[in-house]
Amino acid sequence: MKKYTNLGSKDTRSGFGAGLTELGKKNENVVALCADLIGSLKMDDFKKNHPERFFQVGIAEANMIGLAAGMTIGGKIPFTGTFANFSTGRVYDQIRQSVAYSEKNVKICASHAGLTLGEDGATHQILEDIGLMKMLPGMTVINTCDYNQTKAATLAIAEHNGPVYLRFGRPVVPNFIPEDMPFEIGKAIVLSEGTDVTIVATGHLVWEALQAAEALEKEGISAEVINIHTIKPLDEETILKSVAKTGCIVTAEEHNYLGGLGESISGVLALNKPTPQEFVAVNDVFGESGTPEALMEKYGLNAQSIIEKAKKVIARK
Amino acid sequence: MKPNTQQLQDLVTQVRRDVLRMVHAVNSGHPGGSLGCAEYFVALYQVLMDRKDTFEMDGKNEDIFFLSNGHISPVFYSVLARSGYFPVSELATFRKINSRLQGHPTTHSHLPGVRMASGSLGQGLSVALGAAQAKKLNNDDKLVYVLLGDGELQEGQNWEALMYAAANKVDNVIATVDLNGKQIDGPTDEVLNMGSLKAKFEAFGWDVLSIEKGNDIEAVIEGLTAAKAKTGNQKPVMVLLHTEMGNGVDFMMNTHAWHGKAPNNEQLENALYQNLMTLGDY
Repeated sequence: MKKYTNLGSKDTRSGFGAGLTELGKKNENVVALCADLIGSLKMDDFKKNHPERFFQVGIAEANMIGLAAGMTIGGKIPFTGTFANFSTGRVYDQIRQSVAYSEKNVKICASHAGLTLGEDGATHQILEDIGLMKMLPGMTVINTCDYNQTKAATLAIAEHNGPVYLRFGRPVVPNFIPEDMPFEIGKAIVLSEGTDVTIVATGHLVWEALQAAEALEKEGISAEVINIHTIKPLDEETILKSVAKTGCIVTAEEHNYLGGLGESISGVLALNKPTPQEFVAVNDVFGESGTPEALMEKYGLNAQSIIEKAKKVIARK
Repeated sequence: MKPNTQQLQDLVTQVRRDVLRMVHAVNSGHPGGSLGCAEYFVALYQVLMDRKDTFEMDGKNEDIFFLSNGHISPVFYSVLARSGYFPVSELATFRKINSRLQGHPTTHSHLPGVRMASGSLGQGLSVALGAAQAKKLNNDDKLVYVLLGDGELQEGQNWEALMYAAANKVDNVIATVDLNGKQIDGPTDEVLNMGSLKAKFEAFGWDVLSIEKGNDIEAVIEGLTAAKAKTGNQKPVMVLLHTEMGNGVDFMMNTHAWHGKAPNNEQLENALYQNLMTLGDY
């Protein structure tokens, strides 16, 4: 299989910050809003370089979403920044009416998604945000897997006209997507080809999927690893093409299995080609405090879990 | 040339007829607040706003308006149509299938004059402030107007926005509260007493003006003109517009009963008799 090396671990949120810094220089219509989490969202540079285009809104996320919607009227491209929990669940109706239904060009950028937020616990570990956002008509939903991809996605969504939910995280994780790999919204990336099982992963689980595929290869199992960064619109063609070859699929994500990537893929398979599927996802429970690693292990979101599910789904073929 | 008072009054009366006929035709919608705000909308679109004849979403270099209490869409639609944004005949499609005139305003149907969806309450002030800040970034010295319902002030997002506006000196916005003192379940003082709104807004750092006669076209123009003079002064401007829910129809006044109820045939006839046709029905 095709091997990927860690180019040096970094947090995905820093990829967002770097992308935003670059956007600040090249697109004067880009504005940024933050709800008292500048450091956490890595928005410091943008704020320093473009104080007139940076808006500190305080701990008032509902107002932030409304302000962002209003700023699009006049041609601005607002990027809002706060934790994923406060970017979605807290402001769902504001996003629904003022952004999605009003068709406003707002980029909702969400850090600290999922269990890997860690010690702060379940109040902050949203595992429902992908579902909430993908159910909104017209919303593009992206979950990036490493620093390079997050930076590339941040640049790409500024060029896309329409509301976007961009999801990334807190922990330092391997950075392995080549810096020059183009980011195409809605286009899956086949990271490594295989014939026995398809492993589709998003976010922090992509690196785990690659580790799992390497381990499976040593056991004589050929896994195809696909990175879905855009959960909506979903690249159905790439998924169907892969399962036509492998005949089974494992989906992996740092999210509730209800409402997540796996659920979207189930729908595609049910309509086109019923295929055995196993989910690596949180099993409809809230998280808890702990280190990111301990949490991912306890809730079954790692390479070991992907390996087990891959074997299970192959047996179901 | 600006219309004279009689012309404006004629338009106000015709707008009231439109509102009544629109909600009657579909036996739904919100006549009470719509009737109470007829003078405000006419004053705004016919006198106050420096606006372009054609509609562009970006609204650059013109005054723009947002309706936060979207349920009073009948008066908004009537005044938009009679101000030339779309054919008056289209008012007949209000709330019907395949119409651009949805129950609550939407941008989704691309109705000229509407820049954001509203209906779920409490969101309009934030959007208006965002648009006002975009105007500043664009070196656009025109104004942003926004209308809020008084009951709607019970939504917390408004207070986030009020705090933000003063802290950031958003002084190119004129917010108006339709102070009719009524909401679905009864008088606002009984449903959730908000105390002195004037004192609250002032404490939140806004410049506050009152229009005591919100159903007197001349008083509304005078009040909004005074508000306009206060813009550009490092403080956001709030107008407390005292109106009568159901104004212009005797049996719809002094009650909250007509907030979201349409008149029957007999009631419509009575109501229209009190507002005789001036400019022609749609």
